Amino acid sequence: MGLIFDGIKQAFHLMFILDPEVLGITLLSLKVSGSATLISLFFGISVGTAVALNQFPGRRFAVSLINTGMSMPPVVVGLFVTIMLWRNGPMGFLELLYTPTAMIIAQAVIATPIITGITLAAMQQLPQNLRLQILSLGATRLQMVLLLVREARLPLLAAIMAGFGGVISEVGASIMVGGNIKGYSRVLTTATVMETGRGNFDVAIALSIILLLFAFLVNAVLTMVQQRERPK
Amino acid sequence: MTTPPPLQEPPALELKDLVLRRGDALLDIPALFLAEGHVLSLIGPNGAGKSTLLLAVASLLKPQRGSLVFKGQKIDLKHDAFAYRRRLAMVFQEPLLFDTTVYANVAAGLKIRGMGKAESEKRVARNLERFGIAGLAGRSARKLSGGEAQRTSLARAFATEPEMILLDEPFSALDAPTREALTDDLQRILAETRTTAIFTTHDRWEALRLADEIAVMNDGKIVQVGLPEEVMNQPRDEFVASFVGMETILTGRVVDNREGTLIVSVSGQEVEALGTARPGENVICCIRPENVTISTDHPESRTSARNVFPGRVTKITPLGLFEKVNLDCGFFLVAYVTRQSRENLGLAEGREITASFKATAVHVIKRDK
Repeated sequence: MGLIFDGIKQAFHLMFILDPEVLGITLLSLKVSGSATLISLFFGISVGTAVALNQFPGRRFAVSLINTGMSMPPVVVGLFVTIMLWRNGPMGFLELLYTPTAMIIAQAVIATPIITGITLAAMQQLPQNLRLQILSLGATRLQMVLLLVREARLPLLAAIMAGFGGVISEVGASIMVGGNIKGYSRVLTTATVMETGRGNFDVAIALSIILLLFAFLVNAVLTMVQQRERPK
Repeated sequence: MTTPPPLQEPPALELKDLVLRRGDALLDIPALFLAEGHVLSLIGPNGAGKSTLLLAVASLLKPQRGSLVFKGQKIDLKHDAFAYRRRLAMVFQEPLLFDTTVYANVAAGLKIRGMGKAESEKRVARNLERFGIAGLAGRSARKLSGGEAQRTSLARAFATEPEMILLDEPFSALDAPTREALTDDLQRILAETRTTAIFTTHDRWEALRLADEIAVMNDGKIVQVGLPEEVMNQPRDEFVASFVGMETILTGRVVDNREGTLIVSVSGQEVEALGTARPGENVICCIRPENVTISTDHPESRTSARNVFPGRVTKITPLGLFEKVNLDCGFFLVAYVTRQSRENLGLAEGREITASFKATAVHVIKRDK
């Protein structure tokens, strides 16, 4: 029990004094996962909406591909991105391996299918005739898509939460493509893995609590927005 | 099949040779005309193609073939569809409101058009008022009753001041009193704004109330189009007849034609009717149940009706205001009576009666075979 208690004490100490290393790790986590989520939002909402609204050959296959992607193991993504960015790999010339950028790429690859899948489901859940109704109100195609996205805003907020939650807690791909380099590509999860391996449970617990707190805060804010949007 | 009615003004809408395949269903409209400011009601059973036709007129479904002329301008559905659509509005069976306030919903079409605030406010206020929902302006659209929601949807459509409005079964999801009130309001507003309108319904009474013209659809085709009284009283075929409430439909053969009065042999009995068929032709005689009179006197007693038949009551079905009485007079006959007169006559199943109807109440349709 002492181990946990000490860990929690140490954790609050580290957070309270704003330990520069812990702070740096936290900020990098935020930056990497936040950027990855933003990128995924762009691709996920576009692709999800496009697939939801259009009929094309191979659509069913595309949908099952997206759904499979939603449960893609992060280590597989890590492996794939590593190979792509490997010095002799197809995109090795970019020299991105073991950089935060590589981590953003990997995390975006993980989050995009999640956001695409939820967007797809959200758009398909809208009434069939809503599209026709919007067009008959005189909307251009772009206006129609924007209005539909606005109608699906509540489930889309869930998509953001799921995407962000997925990547902030992800460790496999981040270690593989980021390398867990101190002060450069070390994030909350990779640091926790390392400290646990070293037996530094107090630091590991501190990092875990920050991670939990963080996940909680982001989701609390989004939930608040989502619930406020609910009609009274 | 449908010739343009004699009109003073050119038609607002003119469809020619329209063919649209949607799944297994085929919509085939050789011609359809709608005069400016007129209300056309499309009636027909589910799956008749009413909605498909409406969506095609709204340019929301692309026909394989055919032309659409709107106010004298031929609409190229590839290039002009968007500009054309902005001159129309459409209301569906579901209100399809946006998840925002009633006010913002009614303003939606104007916002889409980028209309200035002042003009938009004026129009929204006018239409909220018109549909009796001004008090709900700030309410969330998710918190409306079915009737309020459909009023909002109609106000949203009318706010764009459409040159033509398309209504796809706008009232069929509403309960009877709500539908009644809303039909009244719509009738008033259509007259007030003189908006050309097409609306679909499977309720013939609703169609009768709102429509200047009625088109009966079946199986992707317009079977008959005309003034309401024409369609109701002179159905072109058996399908239209049964759809517009001609409950008695008898098949027979003309045995004589005495200066316009036909003698039709129906199940061995002679029915007199007015018509133009020649002896030997096969015909269908349609009789509205409200035109059949039942009495318990003996057939010897004279009435002005030529068609007097003794028979027997086989079934009585209450239908709200009326009761439907099935009769067997050697042929099948349906009459409507009020509950009062049913009691006065002492009608009951098995009771012997005399049924009569005037020759003018019999509508004769020639059969192909």
